Amino acid sequence: MSASVLFDSPGPRTRARHRGYTVLTILVIAAIIAYAAIRLGQHGQFEYSKWEPFVTPKYIKAIIFKGILVTLQLALFSVLFAVVFGVVFGIGKLSEHAWVRWPCWAVVEFFRAVPVLLLMVLIFFMWGISRGDFGEFWTVVAALTLYNGAVLAEVFRAGILAVPKGQGEAAYAIGMRKSQVMSIVLLPQAAKIMLPAILSQCVVALKDTSLGYVVTAGGLSTVAKEIYNGRFSNHVPTILVIGAIYVLLNLILTMLATLAQKKLVGEKKVLDVPMVGAAEAKA
Amino acid sequence: MVWDNRGDVATAFSYTLVLFVTSGILSLVMGTILAAMRVGPVAVMRWAASTYVTLVRNTPLLIIYMFFRIGGPKIDLKFTWVDWTIGNVDLDTYVASGIVALTVYTSTFVCEALRSGVNAVPIGQAEAARAIGMPFAGTMRHVIIPQAFRASVPPLASVQIALLKNTTVIGALGVVEAFTYMYELTNDNAAARIGIFLSFAAIFVVLVELLSFAANRLERRWSVAR
Repeated sequence: MSASVLFDSPGPRTRARHRGYTVLTILVIAAIIAYAAIRLGQHGQFEYSKWEPFVTPKYIKAIIFKGILVTLQLALFSVLFAVVFGVVFGIGKLSEHAWVRWPCWAVVEFFRAVPVLLLMVLIFFMWGISRGDFGEFWTVVAALTLYNGAVLAEVFRAGILAVPKGQGEAAYAIGMRKSQVMSIVLLPQAAKIMLPAILSQCVVALKDTSLGYVVTAGGLSTVAKEIYNGRFSNHVPTILVIGAIYVLLNLILTMLATLAQKKLVGEKKVLDVPMVGAAEAKA
Repeated sequence: MVWDNRGDVATAFSYTLVLFVTSGILSLVMGTILAAMRVGPVAVMRWAASTYVTLVRNTPLLIIYMFFRIGGPKIDLKFTWVDWTIGNVDLDTYVASGIVALTVYTSTFVCEALRSGVNAVPIGQAEAARAIGMPFAGTMRHVIIPQAFRASVPPLASVQIALLKNTTVIGALGVVEAFTYMYELTNDNAAARIGIFLSFAAIFVVLVELLSFAANRLERRWSVAR
């Protein structure tokens, strides 16, 4: 059986060569891991004192409540508001009135092109700085909303345009109003097409919450700083642990997203043309 | 205000561009290698590449940069051999660790973009190439890669645009590129804050639009007629 359309099932000589590659790769990976471990060991990064905070209940609590929970809240609020922002401006960009279309276009292009960090700092200085923790939190949410909202606006616009034209025309033909066509016919169908893009934007938003570090908004990255700047000075272990938590959160989110997609849309694609990659996945 | 400090603004943006161009090129190279490993016939390579991509892609860039910038020196990972000066731009260990972090992070997205390009090649193309007796290397070189590369121009362009914006994250911890300079400038001139922000934002908008314009041209010139 061939494993892929890209190459034949290997003969004896190729198989031997592949075995060679396999051994070589394993050796290289093992060497990298061993080197990293020795490096860490030499600099005393495996000592108990460096890892102590991650088995101490007080710090675990801090990581969970001040870190994970805040990060998730930041991400949740940003995504919720971003979806609203995206729907409004995405539909705005499709408006028949030029005076609606152009401002929406400008807003979306602007926030898509400006780095989130710049936005975050501006909002922080203009508004959040004098409002304590509350201000820091909502500064991050506001900046992420504007950025992700602008990205989602493009996604929504593309999704609505991807709905077959006849759907809208048929809706108009039976006498629906513009708002009805959009909300009853186009948006529900577009939502299915856009779901993957929206969900992957959630991961982006979750990762970007780490930038809250800059305005000390709480969340995992801020907690990391507090831990390694404390009496442990265990920078390497802290960063590794916090990084691992982010990875874990994102993987869980991705898994939920895949589940949701299967449940809501099913596995079938709208236009299913067999592609090279798909065949590989099946094999 | 920005105009009065235009020399410093230019320096700040040259840091941004140095970070962007260097890590852009390096991440293209590394991403291509990763993508080749992921579609290739050796199972261990596929597994290694996809583990790397999954891990790094799900870690925030800030954390990766923290690792190289704050964690690195603790285990003697310092890049001290990087110490050049070009004009006003000092290429020092901060810039180097920034470039490493950006490359490590961006290469995973390059890999995914290239892979999506391979996925965009209709299966019949590969089958036809195989049917006329092409081996793996021939199929890849003459049929798949030319089409895959063209199909991956739009996603690659957005990866590079994201990279340009991500250079600001490097500023958050040490390199005085555009973002940090704006930060300092707004601290010194609180009254002109919005103006300063808008000018920096405008420069970024221009840079991003330039990139996407170039990408559009390439896309149109190279797109495969189907």
